[in-house]
Amino acid sequence: MTLLTATKVKHYFGGLCAVADFNLQLQSGELMGIIGPNGAGKTTIFNLITGVYRASEGSIRLRDVELVGKTPHQITALRVGRTFQNIRLFRDLSVLDNVRIAHYAQVHYSPLEALLHIGRYRREEQRIIDNSHRLLSIFKLEHLAGETAKNLPYGSQRRLEIARALAIDPELLLLDEPAAGMNPNEIDQLMEFIQWIRQEFKLTILLIEHQMKLVMGICERIMVLDFGQTLSEGPPTVIQNDPKVLEAYLGEGSIG
Amino acid sequence: MNTMRNPGWEWLMAQRWILPVLLLIGFGLAFAIPEYNLLNKYVQLVMMYVGINIILTVSLNLVNGYMGEFSLAHAGFMAVGAYTAALLTQKVLPIADYPGLFPLAVLAGGLMAALLGLIVAIPSFKVRGDYLAIITLAFLMIVKSVIENIDYIGGPRGIPGIKKLTTLPWVFFWTVATIWVVRNFVYSKYGRGVLSIREDEIASDLMSVNTRRVKFLAFMVSSFFAGVAGALFAHLLQFISPRVFDIIKTTDVLIMVYLGGIASISGSILGAVLYTVLLEVLRPSNFAALVSWLPDVIFDPLNQYFIRHLGVWRMVIMPLALVLVMLYWPRGIMGLREFRWFVPKRDLDAHHRHVAHGGSHDAPHGH
Repeated sequence: MTLLTATKVKHYFGGLCAVADFNLQLQSGELMGIIGPNGAGKTTIFNLITGVYRASEGSIRLRDVELVGKTPHQITALRVGRTFQNIRLFRDLSVLDNVRIAHYAQVHYSPLEALLHIGRYRREEQRIIDNSHRLLSIFKLEHLAGETAKNLPYGSQRRLEIARALAIDPELLLLDEPAAGMNPNEIDQLMEFIQWIRQEFKLTILLIEHQMKLVMGICERIMVLDFGQTLSEGPPTVIQNDPKVLEAYLGEGSIG
Repeated sequence: MNTMRNPGWEWLMAQRWILPVLLLIGFGLAFAIPEYNLLNKYVQLVMMYVGINIILTVSLNLVNGYMGEFSLAHAGFMAVGAYTAALLTQKVLPIADYPGLFPLAVLAGGLMAALLGLIVAIPSFKVRGDYLAIITLAFLMIVKSVIENIDYIGGPRGIPGIKKLTTLPWVFFWTVATIWVVRNFVYSKYGRGVLSIREDEIASDLMSVNTRRVKFLAFMVSSFFAGVAGALFAHLLQFISPRVFDIIKTTDVLIMVYLGGIASISGSILGAVLYTVLLEVLRPSNFAALVSWLPDVIFDPLNQYFIRHLGVWRMVIMPLALVLVMLYWPRGIMGLREFRWFVPKRDLDAHHRHVAHGGSHDAPHGH
């Protein structure tokens, strides 16, 4: 079953075409990677899917729901979670609050119940505290619940960001360079970990990555972007031997 | 969390029942003090100003501290609350026969201000920081000139002869109500939304926080209590004019917010008390009385060159104190920290829950 469909998506920044004719069919349960040189428009695609930018043209659908024109929180509430290339935690807040905040759309009480701490407030608060602790314990962060997020070591911050993204209870998870700044050993662990959360949380995952090891290692399908254009698409073995991809990454074979 | 690990302090913080007991005693005193004149009228007046300033500071902290915006509109909301309530008690409500209707006027003042807060929230969807500050400043100026140009409410001359309906018990009640409601708001999903907007608005939106709704609510709650403070202020000063609610009034509240510390209710209380009391202490007569025990050799020259000119000096000393606080204590006294009695127990426990059921990688799934 197709979960995410992008059709003829174009996006311009002023006169600059950041994404030109982007098409994608993501099957439910799939793990797909998008690679490409810097400035190829990878993160822009994530921003278009999640509503940070509104696509200049084209359509992006989650099942039957059109996402273009929706605000980020509306799209997120449709169970699309994401992480960021440069970690964007709520740095001055506690680890627990980082995860609790992401429950916003799943907490059901009115402003009045919140102002007076009556009605559904208590039950709902306890429910998201418990769920946050469950997530934190899965990510081995439970003992740091009261710690300020910015005090965590880099690796823990990365894990916390994924925990936070999972707190919105996503069906589709977008990972923006999850292996950035990691050494080969850590990348191995991350690969295992991504596979694990995918099964555990029944996720469809779309990820952007520069680390070929990770992309080639876990993605079932890879899309190569360059200058907003889709260069190639297919399973890792095909991509690895595609001359167009090599050209984009390594430059042309001859001069002149 | 940045808490001291002193065992005595820990024990005290665990005795949460003390807070309601203190509140009860406070309420009793608020009634007893004016009834039996336990303190002189001047001290009672200062206490009421302290209460009003706490209301103003806690409510502004919601927008400027918790949300990290820089609103200058607070005096404007205060003016709206003050005028609404004053007009009600002067011209509409039969207050002479039923003084019990006063809280209705205060509530109306707050609601009117909240309505305007709704409007001010709208530009905050588009702009942040300095630009929003300028917009809120413009709002403040608009409120002032609108009032100046409506003759029915006295224009630039203002409203004189407002009945003195603000009493110590009422101030105490509204102060506690403000603290309680703002605290409840802060420790809810909306309050956490407010905090996340300060931290990173785009990330907040992408974590499903309805940022517009949260901003609407924060501005409404903040301006509601500014309106309440305005209403109480009007019925204490017994005279209001557009000039009372100018940028200087906002600046006072800003100083109390940043002195006490951003994103902290206890900080705001502290900031408001310190600032209000210090400004009073720095009045020439008060200060002279305070140091009258000094030998004449010291007192006389001090009096001649300093105390007698304190009226001017205090407007130098207080801002200077603020500059020093900002330099050496940039987050204010309690910045981003909270007195533990104010934090709901559920929140405290959640942050300090120890790993009870093994936080292993493949922890059993399910609730």
